[in-house]
Amino acid sequence: MNRTTGTPTRTTRTSARTPRTPARLFARGRRTVPARPVPGSALAEAVDLHVRLGQRDVLAGIELTARAGEVLALVGPNGAGKSTLLGALAADLPAASGEVRIDGRPVGDWSAPDLALRRSVLPQSAALSFPFPVEDVVRMGRAPWAGTPFAEADEEAVATAMAAAEVTEFAARPFSALSDGERARVALARVLAQRAPLLLLDEPTAALDLRHQELVLRICRERAAAGDAVVVVLHDLGLAAAYADRAAVLHGGRIAADGPPAEVFEDALLSLVYRQPVEVLPHPRTGAPLVVPVRAAGDDRIPRGLPS
Amino acid sequence: MTLPHEAETAAPESGPERSPAGPGGAGSASRRSPQGAERTAAAPSDAENRSAPEETPRRAPGPAEATTTKADPAKPAKPAKPAAGVRRGRKAFWLTLTLLATLLLLALVSAGTGAYRIPTADVLASAQHRLGLGGAPLDRVGESVLWNVRLPRVVLALLVGASLGCAGALMQGVFGNPLAEPGVIGISAGAAVGAVAAIGLGLSFFGNWTITVCAFVAGLITVSSVYLLSRNGGKTEVVTLILTGIAVNAFAGALIGLFVFFADSGQVNQITFWQLGSLAQATWPKVLAVLPCAVAGLLVAPFYARRLDLLSLGERPARHLGIDVERLRLALILVVALLTAAAVAVAGVITFIGLLVPHLLRMANGPGHRFLVPGSALAGAVVLVAGDLAARTLAQPAELPLGVLTALIGSPFFFWLLRRTRRKQGGWA
Repeated sequence: MNRTTGTPTRTTRTSARTPRTPARLFARGRRTVPARPVPGSALAEAVDLHVRLGQRDVLAGIELTARAGEVLALVGPNGAGKSTLLGALAADLPAASGEVRIDGRPVGDWSAPDLALRRSVLPQSAALSFPFPVEDVVRMGRAPWAGTPFAEADEEAVATAMAAAEVTEFAARPFSALSDGERARVALARVLAQRAPLLLLDEPTAALDLRHQELVLRICRERAAAGDAVVVVLHDLGLAAAYADRAAVLHGGRIAADGPPAEVFEDALLSLVYRQPVEVLPHPRTGAPLVVPVRAAGDDRIPRGLPS
Repeated sequence: MTLPHEAETAAPESGPERSPAGPGGAGSASRRSPQGAERTAAAPSDAENRSAPEETPRRAPGPAEATTTKADPAKPAKPAKPAAGVRRGRKAFWLTLTLLATLLLLALVSAGTGAYRIPTADVLASAQHRLGLGGAPLDRVGESVLWNVRLPRVVLALLVGASLGCAGALMQGVFGNPLAEPGVIGISAGAAVGAVAAIGLGLSFFGNWTITVCAFVAGLITVSSVYLLSRNGGKTEVVTLILTGIAVNAFAGALIGLFVFFADSGQVNQITFWQLGSLAQATWPKVLAVLPCAVAGLLVAPFYARRLDLLSLGERPARHLGIDVERLRLALILVVALLTAAAVAVAGVITFIGLLVPHLLRMANGPGHRFLVPGSALAGAVVLVAGDLAARTLAQPAELPLGVLTALIGSPFFFWLLRRTRRKQGGWA
């Protein structure tokens, strides 16, 4: 990997004094508000991580680090363990062995409110039990900051996040009345409004059109440029190649390759991992790698075996 | 609300009959109800005959009404935030005000209406007199009917309604399902088993409060066991919880059936009418028995409103936003158990309020729990006070079982609501 490996400096913490009003008594306990991360510091680490789901070892010996200021793409075929890895980094799934560290501490040592100040998670599908209006859904992303001095930025953060995800125009509509793609963007806006230094995004582009796929990845880049660490699960290798600083290719619960997309994405590896012949070409103008499945040319374009 | 006027003609002949029991207070609770009379005759251990001292409970209406209503209006003023928030905040404010006014009006009307009619002005004058603010007391009979028969009943309806409405809103939030209800996870049925056991076995170790205490304990045991049974690997899957609730409901139904089978005919009668849901036996001791649970639950519930909002995103996203989901769920289940067990213990199984009220409010003011939780308590109180008024006036001199009345009027309305909302939303999810 080409990036300077920043020493995993522990970020200093300033404690947020919460006013002791009666309402606070029932609110969450004492939290520490993290300082902005030092560029290059490790915000999330998986060390020899094994995760079991049911009887199956879904992850076996993962070593991965997400650093501040970097977009890390997790790619791989269905069932390779991408979402499981993201879930483990998000502290949703317990490690069978090994360890996940967030901001330098094992995930188990953080309380839920503390974790919420350090990482935000975009789930694969956005659901909502009750028809809250879009603006309220985005504002839910600010919940972790309630009672800290940063709560003053709530309105600004919500407005900025909604503008970034292009959901401002339907701010007043109920979430249940939106299309899948619009819901996905609202969920993204909620995650952006949370303003945590580590973003874990599970297939944020799945339901989106071309324009918004690009938009989401541009947002990832912006957040990385602002000093956050972004871990994003992607299926589109072209998007990963164009926007990620680093790509980790998962294969059968292990990391088959980890590095800059230009180095990692090569014909042999991807063909093996995806069990589909692919070729990687440089873009004629920009030189960014393009990943294209090998398809028969000309008359043979319709795959054999399908009724024509 | 229009009221039948036969009451006026009925008053003179039932007046003198009541007057000897009047000062004794507790004895005159269910005079108008034929079922009530039969019940008292059948079970000597029942609430009425152990007359508890009326002096202490008499002071109860003040705090009772003050605390339940005071807990509510404070909340909706809070979501006053910019733009759309302000509009909704104002709407919540007016809704709260309307509900409060309706509740007050209904309570006044209900206190004056019945076989012995008391004009509203006289009710107010008597209340003023008791509070030491001038006014004038009624005659002996009127004073006794108002303060020992009507008011405990109104206060009990208020408490039970508020508890059921609030419990419904909390439960729907916890399950993330607008169709969830305390009855779904078996608390109502569990509490009913306790009460039926107390009646069927003729228990009386807590005097007047035996049925209440048994229902409450059984309700708590039920909800704890539902929670433990549905817990797996430190987590509670919602589907498992609901299925466990179904199993528990069936088990509770079987136990109730057994108690009914072994009970004598008087007890069977008592059990049947208790199960139908009624406030006919309201007395100050009963009000006092519910008061601590109901008020505690109602006061604690609004503090979970914000977290319930987040829980509607799902369990994991809620955890990602810093919510300790397991603890939240445990706390809320306890609060719900407190509220429902208290309501079921004194009033039998009154279904439906916990289902309908939050739904109506959600349509009126959106799904935000900061209004919904206290608002449901308030609206639940309104609905039950109105329902009880209707139950004892519609078929005078007999009295309709309240639970039957609410279900009878409520279920078609609920079906209509369901269809309308579903069409508008294009589905529930």
